[in-house]
Amino acid sequence: MPYIANTDSDRAEMFAAIGCRDFAEMWQRAQVTEPVPTLEALPQGMSEPELLQLFQKLSQQNHSGLLSFLGGGYYDHLIPAALDAIISRSEFYTAYTPYQPEASQGTLQTIYEYQSAICRLTGMQVANASLYDGGSAVFEAALLSKRVTRRSQIIISAAVSPTFRAMLRTYSACQDLAIREIPVAPDRLCDDLEALEQAITSDTAAVILQYPNFFGCIPDFAAVTAKAKSLRALSIAVCYPTALALLQPPGELNFDLAVGEAQPLGLSLACGGPYLGFMAVKAEYMRKMPGRIAGRTTDLDGKTAYVLTLQAREQHIRRENAMSNICSNQNLCALTALVYLTLLGKQGFQDIAQQCASKTAFLRQCLAAIPEIKVLGEGNFFNELTLELPGPAGKFVQQALQKGCAPGLPLGLYYPGREKQLLVAVTEKRTRAEITTLANILKEAAWN
Amino acid sequence: MELIFARSRPGRRAYNLPKLDVPAQDCLPDALRRAKPVALPEVTELDAARHFTNLSRLNFGVDSHFYPLGSCTMKYNPKAHEAIARMPGFTTPHPRLLEIPEGSDALQGSLEVLYREERFLSELFGFAETTLQPMAGANGEFTGVMLIAAWCKKHGQTQRNVMLIPDSAHGTNPASAAQAGFICREIKSDAGGNLDLQDLKAKLGPEVAGLMLTCPNTVGMFNHDVKAICDLVHQAGGLCYCDGANANAIVGRVRPGDLGFDVMHVNVHKTFSTPHGGGGPGAGPVCVQEILQPFLPKPRIVQKTDGTFALESNCPDSIGQIAPFLGSFAVLLRSCAYMLTLGREGMRRVSENAVLNANYLRVKLAPFFDQQITRDCMHECVFSATRSKDNGVHALDIAKALIDRGFHPPTIYFPLIIPEALMIEPTETESKETLDAFIAAMQEIASLAASDPQALLQAPISTPVRRLDETGAARHPDLASLGD
Repeated sequence: MPYIANTDSDRAEMFAAIGCRDFAEMWQRAQVTEPVPTLEALPQGMSEPELLQLFQKLSQQNHSGLLSFLGGGYYDHLIPAALDAIISRSEFYTAYTPYQPEASQGTLQTIYEYQSAICRLTGMQVANASLYDGGSAVFEAALLSKRVTRRSQIIISAAVSPTFRAMLRTYSACQDLAIREIPVAPDRLCDDLEALEQAITSDTAAVILQYPNFFGCIPDFAAVTAKAKSLRALSIAVCYPTALALLQPPGELNFDLAVGEAQPLGLSLACGGPYLGFMAVKAEYMRKMPGRIAGRTTDLDGKTAYVLTLQAREQHIRRENAMSNICSNQNLCALTALVYLTLLGKQGFQDIAQQCASKTAFLRQCLAAIPEIKVLGEGNFFNELTLELPGPAGKFVQQALQKGCAPGLPLGLYYPGREKQLLVAVTEKRTRAEITTLANILKEAAWN
Repeated sequence: MELIFARSRPGRRAYNLPKLDVPAQDCLPDALRRAKPVALPEVTELDAARHFTNLSRLNFGVDSHFYPLGSCTMKYNPKAHEAIARMPGFTTPHPRLLEIPEGSDALQGSLEVLYREERFLSELFGFAETTLQPMAGANGEFTGVMLIAAWCKKHGQTQRNVMLIPDSAHGTNPASAAQAGFICREIKSDAGGNLDLQDLKAKLGPEVAGLMLTCPNTVGMFNHDVKAICDLVHQAGGLCYCDGANANAIVGRVRPGDLGFDVMHVNVHKTFSTPHGGGGPGAGPVCVQEILQPFLPKPRIVQKTDGTFALESNCPDSIGQIAPFLGSFAVLLRSCAYMLTLGREGMRRVSENAVLNANYLRVKLAPFFDQQITRDCMHECVFSATRSKDNGVHALDIAKALIDRGFHPPTIYFPLIIPEALMIEPTETESKETLDAFIAAMQEIASLAASDPQALLQAPISTPVRRLDETGAARHPDLASLGD
């Protein structure tokens, strides 16, 4: 049998040692008396070549060769070849949560380095060892703000990812949290800053804002975060980490917490996961954070060493009073992000972001020559543009898919009233020729 | 080792980008531009490879060491599944394709993998339906109890706001129930991890939404009265949740759905061999009986009459979205490959050999360590380090001494109901020789605990660092190197 070491003679010796004749008696003595299930819906086992062939075939049933301009919080970035080689060290991926620090210094130090990289990226002082994904991180941030302020109202801009807002609603359904979404008019891309400011009251636990926002726009939230501060509500920034290579980090913008989806930091899109939620906070909220945290300390000889710390916040100690029910972190994904940021380095990470921005600006120029297509917004973009098309965006996307191109996301899927709008993302991976191809597809589309 | 940031030298690069093929320009607002680049390391590829390779060597992992961490099922992670997870057809597709009309046509392969996996899990554990969305075990627990909450609400039973949880449960059980808005009420267990039925009866009532029970229980025992327990809860109008953390003991042999459970989560990183990754990512699918099916997270994967797969979002009673898309796809993919490799027969071989290995350890270690329960165990055996306590040797010291002997320690101090607990889970993938070597090490440690306890209190001495100042770490937290 695959992956089972015991031979018949091993089993005979072991049965003799425990005083059993066979498995039937073993089960009986363990008080398992249920009839053996037939499991008819399960197939017979497979050999490795058969298995690889089957999955090769299944993988080819995905259309992976699409020319993609899809984004919306998850992006197709270059991934250095060295990254997979490094994270494939089985000492990393076959270990578990570092409960025994003396036998887990590799994992622990990389968590500490990951936390450091996230702090440097966000301009915050403390980061945790990661959460499941961006959406669950937004929920955990909302819960944190409730713990800190003892208030229960959450103000969230509708320009925050619809995926994150949907998850926030699911996760908060049985929580004492009142979530108020501040809509954005269908002809606008920028958050409704005035309405956000007005919505914040002395009952508000936090205001949640995203930049760049879901429409690709980069608003100036200074007045909103200032209002929050004046009423002692927390400001939570939801960030696209690659954009932070060029943009002022949340820690320098009056935000108290930064969370988001770190898939763009070297993780494959992989049809939806696993992904990586990051969370970083100002030092004063350190003991209110959810999840694992690694800290630097010393051993008996005074040597520098790393360990999981501040565990009094966690479920295995606090049970129903824990900060969160999360048990572990997305450790291998956090390692991936750390190795990605290391391989790209200070200059490379900035260059990647600059290329995204330049190519997006180039697309904007190309589109200016197509009178039917309007690029919405005032001009503050990183790598996503919202286009107003002459016809329904959903229909256009279907046409383009036939030509092997996923040209963007029809915004009407997420926002009623935006049926003609298309959200187009450009990363450093898209070439000038590919961007021109997209422009041509838009130009030649049949709009009737 | 020094931090990666300390290896940085201005001007070093590890990765060359393609030359920019469009004019250098952007549309960023000047006022919101970052003043200084992010203080990331500047290293060569060799610097990075050497740094992380050397760090990895400071770890114990399943590939390098026997790792009998109780309740975590540290079995071998097959390499073919890693190769499958890296097939470009699976790694490249963008998940938002699933949201675009007809976009799921471009993801038929992935949808088929997930659809098959849902069927497999439902069949293996005896349930009607499965959702693959939960992104970890605890996330599965949360999903499961949210389904119970939704069921209560739908049936006008909103007064049912209490979740019963044994004192032997994992900490995630009460934490997940609390996150789903339940008040947790503790049920006593005896030393064998069996529920105190009198206590259960006393605590059941019209305010009870359900019971969360780990099966086999957290001391590695199978409770023959599980059916009776489920009946009692059902009679009181509640539902029964099965924590599947220990499913490796029963996979292919006992189906919790047949025992009366209404909902169960499965840890694919335990039972279905996906790598633990140093703490994640995992996946925590949730299986349900028909009564909970309407509340499952949306969208659902459906097979159309023409055999193709699609997503159904019109699920009015659904609790909503738990994962950003369909769950941790690449993790689920590995577990699907594992199920297909083993097949119907192989799944049962897993639990048979996992239980055999654990009982072998139990019998062989019994002369050297105290046991609260002496009856036959399931996939893990639990000892108490009480014999050596008077000599000052605790479970922690035994764990550290094992590290010096080349073994990852078992789980210690859990379950809380066992004093000085050492919970050992060998899994089915380990050989008898490995078990014998572990037994010999444990025997030697037991005799040292009697003759020379001081030798153990110093352990570990062979590791890159010795015992850590954990109190200092929590009192004066140093959680990041912030740079300049």
